[in-house]
Amino acid sequence: MDELLLARWQFGITSTYHFLFVPLTLGLSLLVAAMETVYVRTGNELYKKMTQFWGKLFLINFALGVVTGLVQEFEFGMNWSEYSRFMGDIFGAPLALEALTAFYLESTFIGIWIFGWNRLSKRLHAAAIWIVALSSNLSAFWILVANSFMQAPVGYVLRNGRAEMNDFAALLTNPYVWNQFPHTVLGGLVTGGVFVMAVSAYHLLRRSQVDFFRPSFKMGLICALAASLLVAATGHRQAQILAEVQPMKLAAIEALWETADPAPFTFFAAIDSKKQENRGEVSFPGGLSLLVHNSPTGEVKGIKSLQQESEKRFGPGSYVPDVPSVFWSFRVMVAAGIWLLAVTVLCAYFWRRGTLENKPLLLKAAVATLAVPYIANSTGWYVAEAGRQPWIVFGLQRVEQAVSPTVSATSIWITLIGFTIVYGVLAVIGVYLMGKFAKQGPAASVETAEPAEGKGVELWT
Amino acid sequence: MDLSVIWFVLVAVLFIGFFFLEGFDYGVGVLLPFLGRSDSERRLIIGSIGPVWDGNEVWMITAGGALFAAFPHVYATLFSGFYLALFLMLVALIVRGVGLDFRSKQPGPNWRSTWDWLIFAGSLVPALLWGVAVTNLIKGVPIDDKMNYVGTFFDLLSPYTLVGGAAFLLVFVYHGAVYLTLKLEDALAQRARRAALVIGCFTAAACLVLVGMTYMYTDLFASIGAGISLWAAVGAFVLSYLAMRVGRTGWAFVASGLAIVLTTVAFFWGLFPRLMVSSLNPAWSLTVANASSSPLTLKLMTIAAGLLVPVVLAYQAWTYWTFRKRVTLRDLEY
Repeated sequence: MDELLLARWQFGITSTYHFLFVPLTLGLSLLVAAMETVYVRTGNELYKKMTQFWGKLFLINFALGVVTGLVQEFEFGMNWSEYSRFMGDIFGAPLALEALTAFYLESTFIGIWIFGWNRLSKRLHAAAIWIVALSSNLSAFWILVANSFMQAPVGYVLRNGRAEMNDFAALLTNPYVWNQFPHTVLGGLVTGGVFVMAVSAYHLLRRSQVDFFRPSFKMGLICALAASLLVAATGHRQAQILAEVQPMKLAAIEALWETADPAPFTFFAAIDSKKQENRGEVSFPGGLSLLVHNSPTGEVKGIKSLQQESEKRFGPGSYVPDVPSVFWSFRVMVAAGIWLLAVTVLCAYFWRRGTLENKPLLLKAAVATLAVPYIANSTGWYVAEAGRQPWIVFGLQRVEQAVSPTVSATSIWITLIGFTIVYGVLAVIGVYLMGKFAKQGPAASVETAEPAEGKGVELWT
Repeated sequence: MDLSVIWFVLVAVLFIGFFFLEGFDYGVGVLLPFLGRSDSERRLIIGSIGPVWDGNEVWMITAGGALFAAFPHVYATLFSGFYLALFLMLVALIVRGVGLDFRSKQPGPNWRSTWDWLIFAGSLVPALLWGVAVTNLIKGVPIDDKMNYVGTFFDLLSPYTLVGGAAFLLVFVYHGAVYLTLKLEDALAQRARRAALVIGCFTAAACLVLVGMTYMYTDLFASIGAGISLWAAVGAFVLSYLAMRVGRTGWAFVASGLAIVLTTVAFFWGLFPRLMVSSLNPAWSLTVANASSSPLTLKLMTIAAGLLVPVVLAYQAWTYWTFRKRVTLRDLEY
């Protein structure tokens, strides 16, 4: 394999792995913060127990998210040095701002929260987890500002052989960010909510520690239900934004080879990329037009004509992403979303009627649903990133122009294998630890530490 | 002053903060398996950095982000050039971070001792590699006219840079031992103090060799300020050691921190206006002029840093104040 392919595989593996931990960090931190707030306001010890139990699971996940994020920050320089040179002026700024406005807060206050149970007032301690939760989400914002530029460049000028920033406000108000950011944060809330639901359902099925897991389940359910609805709404908006800024990605998502008006929404099809056609389509007439234009008619451009337009603008070459994988990833993501909605709505219905705990099948489904947000998050990112190919920065730089010119295939093999092994081992350990604590329940995880009475440091003696 | 010069100073400040704070963190990690003889002692040692190590590490992350934003060419050249070294460092930091969080989450002695050694290795490798990296930057590395590093991993290892790595490692371990003397109690604090006194001798020797070789292999002393700063660092270290001997641990910590600060200042001062020296042709070096971002990005970042860095310093200082007491068994979380 050549350097480019290896570098792409490495980025794919490391960033997919990193993003296994990020959504749960985003969502669960907010849930834990909400639990601790209830504890502070009501003084109800149950909520302190909840904060500590879910907080412990949160921390295991958080640790893995932080260390894998470290790799992400340096990987652009390691494998994509030409990209870094071309884009540093724009891409570096949100990254540095992320560190200054979010990482410092997150990393400092997580330490305060973990070790501060007996050293801070209740309110201050609750404030610490809020700071962690909000700065994690702020961090996601900066990353998405950077990513959105790669998807839909704004506020730049080409000068000195690179993209230079000429309007920072345009970067911040990029319409792409303002859909992608809520979509991502809501995806995090779905993940956090489903995580709490699934672990709670596991215990409700066994009727173990129900007084603890009933209110936990309720919080997780409310969060997952509301966020699932909103994540679908922002997903719908995304189609309209794509039609404007990345029509090729939209056409690939739908495997729409020819421009059509009205355009159908295809459920399934056998895609032949070589012949550029589909067989055995099952589609809903006018469905795509409805998605894009909010009306059953309206033109949606097809891949073939978009390819011709691109050749006119950028010169000869293929501008078509890998259609089948984008098409199917999108369908998996949407199916996952529908499953999430179905399970949360059903759970909510029977919860209201007070009969959920007599429905073992539904509770089992809730446990199994734990995997579903992870599938949705990963396939969603696959669609976003693979659908942008061959561009690394849409319309400005192609992936093969971005790779480090002096890094050998051997070097990339070493890091690719190295990271994969380290990540694999850590995944096993992390899942094992989380599973262990989740099964044990809160009884084992609450430590009643007494106030510490260490002597002050005699710094000046 | 030119904004790119301000950013050169800011990057230096970020590295100063990083080496000062994460320096004792690394030192504590390296000392962990040797100073802590029982499980509870090791938990105490980890507890001494527990609340702060994550915040300390962000200084490096911010330095990386700042290089990307202010000097994208340096970010690109440095990290694609020092590729395998950076990979080793990242793996080390991964196992270290996970180790600090996971080691006490299971009771088994094998589990814990495995993580203890991983924390040790995960602290030792970055401490060593940062010394190698900094000395390589000032000594010069093969950079071609397209700003690309054209050497291999082994070109980074020379007698001078290996001494640089050893000296940085020893300074950090000493710094960590002094920190532990401040943060622990009774017998454990005494053991940390004795460790500092022994390691301090080796550290002083390594530092003197480093300064001597810096005369031979680099042009750092062409800048008078850098030369004074480097000798002042040696002086600060000697003062720290003397303070340690007479039991004034607080002053010893301040002085060893000062030695780290002055060393970092010396290297950046010697580099200026270059950020990476090309050993092939001086004209191919990366400088504040040819490697920086556009004026608009620099301006934006300057405003952000001016507003935010003081806030960061304030709440990090507050953290250290909140956890200023010596660590006892009663307040362990990890």
